[in-house]
Amino acid sequence: MTAASPADPAKAAQADETAETTEIAATVETVFRIESARIIAGVARIVRDVGLAEELAQDALVTALERWPESGVPDNPGAWLMATAKHRAIDLVRRKETYARKLAEVGRALEDISPPDPADLARTAEDIDDDLLRLIFTACHPVLSTQARVALTLRLLGGLTTEEIARAFLVPEPTVAQRIVRAKRTLAQADVPFEVPYGDDRNARLSSVLEVIYLVFNEGYSATTGDDLVRPALCEDALRLARVLAGLLPQEPEVHGLAALLEFQSSRIAARTGPGGEPVLLADQNRTKWNRLLIRRGVEALQRAGHGPYSLQAAIAACHARAIRYEDTDWTAIAALYGRLMALAPSPVVELNRAVAVAMAEGPAAGLKLVEALAEEPALKDYHLLPSVRGDLLERLGRHEEARAEFARAAALTRNARERALLLERSSG
Amino acid sequence: MPRYLSMIRVDEQNPPAEGPSPELMERMGALIEEMTKAGVMLDTAGLTPTSEGTRVTWSGGKISCTDGPFTESKEVIGGYSIVQAKDKAEAVEWTKRFLRTHEEFWTITVEVREIVAG
Repeated sequence: MTAASPADPAKAAQADETAETTEIAATVETVFRIESARIIAGVARIVRDVGLAEELAQDALVTALERWPESGVPDNPGAWLMATAKHRAIDLVRRKETYARKLAEVGRALEDISPPDPADLARTAEDIDDDLLRLIFTACHPVLSTQARVALTLRLLGGLTTEEIARAFLVPEPTVAQRIVRAKRTLAQADVPFEVPYGDDRNARLSSVLEVIYLVFNEGYSATTGDDLVRPALCEDALRLARVLAGLLPQEPEVHGLAALLEFQSSRIAARTGPGGEPVLLADQNRTKWNRLLIRRGVEALQRAGHGPYSLQAAIAACHARAIRYEDTDWTAIAALYGRLMALAPSPVVELNRAVAVAMAEGPAAGLKLVEALAEEPALKDYHLLPSVRGDLLERLGRHEEARAEFARAAALTRNARERALLLERSSG
Repeated sequence: MPRYLSMIRVDEQNPPAEGPSPELMERMGALIEEMTKAGVMLDTAGLTPTSEGTRVTWSGGKISCTDGPFTESKEVIGGYSIVQAKDKAEAVEWTKRFLRTHEEFWTITVEVREIVAG
């Protein structure tokens, strides 16, 4: 309606109604996004099938979109959606006689169908936590491929659309959709129980969950110097998942270790790229751009961390975060922590990082000796950081000719365009 | 996933006589715990009254300090929170939930502002 148009009460009322419906639809979608993981988890406990649970949760969303414009948004929209989805789930289970033996369990689920009584909140919150944990462990179940675990976790727990996941991982959307469908089918066919693992395989299963979150984060982190903004958003999705997991498993030191690591890494994102989007090395980063809130959260999480691989990496990240200037970095402590990481989870990449720390603590010659030992390592054959680090150390030793050759080699290996430009610049002296 | 600073504005001159009820504090505690567990709440705190605050102004090349209370403002910031959410709509939805923990006799305005990234 423009100010110049003749006043038409009927039209105005209609316009108001349309605006209100649009606003309510937006509210429904927002509430659903906030609640969807919990709803899927709560429904999955009843139907014991995450694929079906997701469909029932979507049904509840559609019902809300139909009803709320008329009835108004309920006071507790999340509880409304949860109750609606659970009612559907129970109806479905009842209709299927094959599920008769599950009715005993469902009877228990019926009790929390009505909106929660404040007195029950503590118990209900614990139930929801337990359902969420089951959903996380199911989505990251070893019966699934790593790719499937990642896609399913982002879809069910991160609330990402298949389109968002496809863009983030640079694959066609139908591929991701297929991956998710197959993953749900695999879980159903393997009859994977919807439960939190206890006993012997709990640690292995928890490692699988941590690995999925770490992979998602790294996918985003490696892309923060690219030119796509969707991929770096994965860092935040992973960080949120890590925070959620730390809230659900407060007794697990390694979960806090992962959360701390991701808080520290995230605190540096804004400083990792220059004005033209070019990558900025740790030594050259403007540390005033490091996010102090995230560093503080990292320090808090680290206090609850343990001695596992993520906790050690978090401790290393903390050493960098504590240094107000690059010159203040405690490289001796970092080298020692990499040594502990090598003893715990040896890998050529960790050894390469240890070499860098040793070079900083004891001089480039000591570091180069460790790097030379990695020259024949097959796992690092195409790893651009090996020649890149070697070039750095050679340069610091005044061996410029050899250094330039290493930078040229590294430039040929990197897949990141901006990084390649930086390395080519160094290779031409 | 942007971060938002929510400034909680209250009428400092006319607060509810009996202050926050234990029930309110309990509801708020439960919500903050829920938001923390959802990975949404990054930081939150209340502030002491403006009578304990000081405004430091730079104007015309001079510094001047004014001690509180700041009675000329109808509403003053009584607390803040920093949340991380997918978009503003999500941050606003959590804000509504925060406000609903209060009894009807409260008048509170929460200003939700996105924090500039980088």
